[in-house]
Amino acid sequence: MTYSEPVYLDHAATTPMLPEVLAAMTGQLGRVGNASSLHASGRAARRAAEQARERLAEALGARPSEVLFTGGGTESDNLAVKGLFWARRAADSRRRRIVVSPAEHHAVLDSVEWLAKHEGAEVTWLPVEPSGRVTPTALADALGDGSDVAVASVMWANNEIGTVSDVAALAATAHDVGVPFHTDAVQAVGQVLVDFGASGVDALTMTGHKLGGPMGAGALLLRRDAECTPLLHGGGQERDVRSGTLDVAAIVGLAVAADAAVGGRVERAAELARLRDRLVAGVVEQVPDAQLNGPALDDVVRSGPGRLPGNAHLSFPGAEGDALLMLLDAKGIECSTGSACSAGVARPSHVLLAVGADPERARSSLRFSLGHTSTDADVDALLAVIAPVVERARRAGTGRR
Amino acid sequence: MRVLAAMSGGVDSAVAAALAVDAGHDVTGVHLALSPDRQTLRSGARGCCSVEDAHDARRVADELGIPFYVWDLAERFTEDVVDDFVAEYAAGRTPNPCLRCNEKIKFSAVLDRARALGFDAVVTGHHARLADGELRRSVDAAKDQSYVLGVLTAEQLAAAVFPLGGMTKDRVREIAAERGFGVAAKPDSHDICFIPDGDTRGFLARRLGSRPGPVVDAATGATVGEHEGTYGFTVGQRRGLGVTAGDSRPRYVLGIEPVTRTVTIGTAELAGVDAVVTAAPTWTGTAPGLPFRAEVQLRAHGSPVPCEVTGDDAGGLRLLLDAEQRGVAAGQSAVLYAPDPQRGDLVLGQAAIRSAGASA
Repeated sequence: MTYSEPVYLDHAATTPMLPEVLAAMTGQLGRVGNASSLHASGRAARRAAEQARERLAEALGARPSEVLFTGGGTESDNLAVKGLFWARRAADSRRRRIVVSPAEHHAVLDSVEWLAKHEGAEVTWLPVEPSGRVTPTALADALGDGSDVAVASVMWANNEIGTVSDVAALAATAHDVGVPFHTDAVQAVGQVLVDFGASGVDALTMTGHKLGGPMGAGALLLRRDAECTPLLHGGGQERDVRSGTLDVAAIVGLAVAADAAVGGRVERAAELARLRDRLVAGVVEQVPDAQLNGPALDDVVRSGPGRLPGNAHLSFPGAEGDALLMLLDAKGIECSTGSACSAGVARPSHVLLAVGADPERARSSLRFSLGHTSTDADVDALLAVIAPVVERARRAGTGRR
Repeated sequence: MRVLAAMSGGVDSAVAAALAVDAGHDVTGVHLALSPDRQTLRSGARGCCSVEDAHDARRVADELGIPFYVWDLAERFTEDVVDDFVAEYAAGRTPNPCLRCNEKIKFSAVLDRARALGFDAVVTGHHARLADGELRRSVDAAKDQSYVLGVLTAEQLAAAVFPLGGMTKDRVREIAAERGFGVAAKPDSHDICFIPDGDTRGFLARRLGSRPGPVVDAATGATVGEHEGTYGFTVGQRRGLGVTAGDSRPRYVLGIEPVTRTVTIGTAELAGVDAVVTAAPTWTGTAPGLPFRAEVQLRAHGSPVPCEVTGDDAGGLRLLLDAEQRGVAAGQSAVLYAPDPQRGDLVLGQAAIRSAGASA
């Protein structure tokens, strides 16, 4: 069955490109010029790229020299985790420990595990509260005196259950013992206040396509005093930390998107939270035993929202997330189990397991994520079908004995 | 109908799904992930449900414009097919895992789930004809898979669609090529999907360990050799016996006794059997009245043999074969057919072979 206009409730996976981004990018795509070239065409490209760098820095409270353009969130996470680890260990061979939350995105987790397997890193997994949050006390305990720690990493906002961290407190805790702190802010930017300078973090991952920008364009914000060993060697672009010809059109689109997302954040967040609260209340009304995962809807951290305003993550006991997703898809409603790997085989969400959920609850969950195009009609469409869908999925069981 | 197309990533299931779409069904593709440790890339014609196979299936589904999902049935497959396979060998029998997979996975676990989710039927790329509830051999005798479907009941067949039974494998590949499917020239699968290196004896040795025992000559009763485990043998086997007979006549495995771990061998004239005893049968339709005459196929890729079918006191069948056969192994299915050269031999049902011997 095909629907001309599906109800899109998967904005945390990717969100529609903003019209002004499309316009800015297509304008740039029609021009020749390598930003590293010295002639007029090169200078024009460089000017566009550097304007974008300044605009992105401004939107995120960073200095332009702290913006390193990358190919997206995964690359930024890899660069931060591996690059900071290598540089810190090169400066002092005792620094082999990585302190990290088990609820991180796989781009961080798998980088850490790769370093453990191939580079002799030791991993200290941080305890996670049922809300998904890591407390500064827990981080301090894990860091000890910090002398053997290369890097610590805790995400700003969780992609599955929407938990917002007290990043500034965590960064300060790491700095107390001289450890650099990285945060994956892919889901946070444009949803909650993200100020790189004020947060004190040393490295911050962001990407464009979660904000209405293009895929394949992101940035690592890296403090000027942070040493980071490159992953990609070559022409020496991006402070010699990330070589490769700049994708000027994508960078321009990224900056326009970040500017728009951050600029309209307060109003949009309020609207998303209103829709999200309606969605959760409506689902629980239709399916009374549905369980909200992650922080409470009105949770607060550092006087801001403790949960991403567009995130609703629910478990439906006795139903399998896979079956729910398929049945909703057949009705033109698009969401996520939040845990699909590239092979498409569902595994119980590592995030839910990390916050102490049992595997059955983890397997029975769905993520609905709202974004800039979401409307009351989208929520209504979900609420109109969720009860029979859950009932049918329950009849299909969990597929396990 | 709302149908679920099981898509392995091979050419047969791709074309079957396409033909289901052409027939006007509302089709959803599903790839079954059956191995707990899936490989990234496929190696040759062996192995099962690698990530590459899932990708191939997804590509076809996307071209057809149908939804596509991966269902993880590794746990069920391990229990019902792989563990059963090992247990059968340990008990001195020779199982057919493809038949077991059809019985327990594709037309049980998958079909049950599909029905519960609102589907009316499961479509597969099996080469067999199915119309009006009658299961028949494929028109392509070399590719016919009715043997491994013989275990299905009328209820299961009522919710199955096999679009390929009326065409040859060459035609299937032509259709795939005409439609531009990347899998049009993908090699056929061979052997047992969960033993990618093809070394069944090695696989069983890893699972069952060394279980040595004697090799006994049936004619003399003398121990003529040692073996590392009865699971390395199947009735009728001639090669790899590890013994050299003084008279240089070939020897065949006549029997496997798992308790004493005895493998009995003998010459060709001792290897022939014409009386087969089976476990309780399953029927594809109404149970035929006993006795009756039919053709029986005693293993995958075996030739059909005319026989007389009678019942026994234990609820099983006795098959009296018109001609002696070699290699009738306990654990294999005896699939019964009513010959029909025009419309294709009709599958009546099957029963697991318990034992076989000479009637005289």
